Amino acid sequence: MIVDSAPAFDVRDYLRLEMMPHFLCPGCGHGIALRALLWAIHELGIDKDKLAVVSGIGCAGRLSAYIDANTFHVTHGRPLAYATGLALARPDLHVVVITGDGDCLAIGGNHLIHACRRNLKLTCLMLNNEVYGMTGGQVSPTTSESRLTTTTPLGNSEPNFDACALAAAAGASFVGREVTHHVPKLKELIRAGLEHPGFAFVEVLSDCTEIFGRKNELGSSAEMVLRQKSELRPSAYRDTVDTPFRSNDLPTGILTKTERPEYGMAYRKAAAAQRANTAARASAGVNERKA
Amino acid sequence: MNAADKALSPKAAVHLISGNHACALGAIAAGCRFFAGYPITPSSEVAERLSRMLPEVGGVFVQMEDEIASIAAVIGASMGGVKALTATSGPGFSLKQENIGYAAGAEIPCVIVNVMRGGPSTGMPTRPAQGDIMQARWGSHGDYPIIALAPASVREIYDETIRAFDLAETYRTPVVLLYDQVIAQLTETVDLGDTEGLMRAERKWASGPREAYQPYASGDDGIPAMSRPGAGYRVHTTGLNHAENGFPTQNPEAVARNLGRLLAKFDRHHDTIDSWQTLSCDDAEVLIVAIGISARAAARALDIARARGVRAGLFRPITLWPFPEKALREAAAKARAVLVPEMNAGQLSLEVERILGGKRVDAIHRYNGDPITPAEIAQRAEALAKEKK
Repeated sequence: MIVDSAPAFDVRDYLRLEMMPHFLCPGCGHGIALRALLWAIHELGIDKDKLAVVSGIGCAGRLSAYIDANTFHVTHGRPLAYATGLALARPDLHVVVITGDGDCLAIGGNHLIHACRRNLKLTCLMLNNEVYGMTGGQVSPTTSESRLTTTTPLGNSEPNFDACALAAAAGASFVGREVTHHVPKLKELIRAGLEHPGFAFVEVLSDCTEIFGRKNELGSSAEMVLRQKSELRPSAYRDTVDTPFRSNDLPTGILTKTERPEYGMAYRKAAAAQRANTAARASAGVNERKA
Repeated sequence: MNAADKALSPKAAVHLISGNHACALGAIAAGCRFFAGYPITPSSEVAERLSRMLPEVGGVFVQMEDEIASIAAVIGASMGGVKALTATSGPGFSLKQENIGYAAGAEIPCVIVNVMRGGPSTGMPTRPAQGDIMQARWGSHGDYPIIALAPASVREIYDETIRAFDLAETYRTPVVLLYDQVIAQLTETVDLGDTEGLMRAERKWASGPREAYQPYASGDDGIPAMSRPGAGYRVHTTGLNHAENGFPTQNPEAVARNLGRLLAKFDRHHDTIDSWQTLSCDDAEVLIVAIGISARAAARALDIARARGVRAGLFRPITLWPFPEKALREAAAKARAVLVPEMNAGQLSLEVERILGGKRVDAIHRYNGDPITPAEIAQRAEALAKEKK
């Protein structure tokens, strides 16, 4: 366990209390994920003034409004693209993206795979509740097979994404998954993601009890949280090719962690070298058009 | 000025450059330090130039995964306080529209270059058109204000790029720089030495205590001060309709008040936003209204027409949106005929008809990729002059 000298964590220090009550449904896992994020931020001593949270559209996207930081609630599917611009323009900021399974994997899927490839320092927290909750409960790219949603009245017959396998295959240098059942472990994973010097993809399996749970008769929120424990295997990560597309057979913890050059730093280094070269040529009297 | 700036300085000499090159130079001169884009003909040279120039001045260039990501990254950079640009053409401009609406609604300054090519859809990538006049104004959903500038020469692209940034920063708005493929890839000799008169506006930044700061409250000018992340204000920015405090609201009064301010944002700033050129309008019996390459042809057509005894004049909006209505009305006051040559099936002519209410407006509509020639315009002006006598 990590021992910290930081003062005790009080979630209220990181929330915009004037925004309470929040709008999440009773039993929703997103509040747990938010608390874990803020806890990790507290432990790392990240300055709220230097913290930028960019979120997309959907239930997960609304969380940024509750965080006492520089918060940007942008368009559907695009928070990673906005965050890329923000982080490149302002490397002094700590940029965190909060997104959902629909926002990140469906409409925003292209930005996810390229963010993984680019390896700009960003922490992407994808809250996966298997459903489009904000719009009333439609099927999402992570909805398990045979589940009922408002647009799969016959049961979902599409295979779902293993988001972590996707991120790892796209080159993400940090990939992890945790469940809202294990709050300290979730906090530890997010903390590791925040500390990672590159793009960190963290999937949080979060329950939508009110819409998805009710429709599929999954029981109370407590029963749904317990199901996370019984159905998920915290096994070691296996080869992507062999990972079945089934959300009830997903490994948790840090699944990928590799060292790759961070994009922003690599760009700034190359730019500095170019400037030095230009300056050297100018002082040597080389008359060369640069543009 | 350091060595890198000096190497890029446009003041050094007379240049033989293309319109897209002039745009890149203008962006650097305006203080643009971030570009995100996606390759598309005929605007790619703007990106290519800036990929070399931005690192020289400590800026950032990034080629994004698609058109939507490009405008999103530009808005993200601007939310961080950095002047930012993207450049595209028709199909890409269509893809960017949702996020342009976000920038308009959340009042994030940014500049979008749209080099107009043939449409619809993939259209004619290497042929000119002027078919995005209405898309520049109305492309995103809902009601929002926007500024669009329509330069007609390489030098004017340089000037208007700088002015685009100045207007974007001053009025916290996306600004569209709209020019056609001919002007974009035309190579002209330009003297960039005389640029002292051009503005260099900076954003109005929040000051004072955090408790007193309302991110969307404004004074009489209607323009709220923006806060820079890291300055301690920790505000919320959203595409949802919001109140003065920046947080989402569905309260009808708050929405009417804040959206109302947004929609009226440019109304009291026409003196600085409006821009146009008139040629021989004082005694004109036939007034030609045109932009871009069509206006260049029209300027030549004036000489041809006047040599034949037809008193033709040209009104060329440089600020296309908001349209310089008052100036057009004044220029058209004495004209007995109005002619709008444009490379589309009828867009500028609709706006001219609306502004001149009741006055007959004739047009030359061309959408086959061929620019409209001076002779065609002169001939039509002559016919209109005779018809009206």
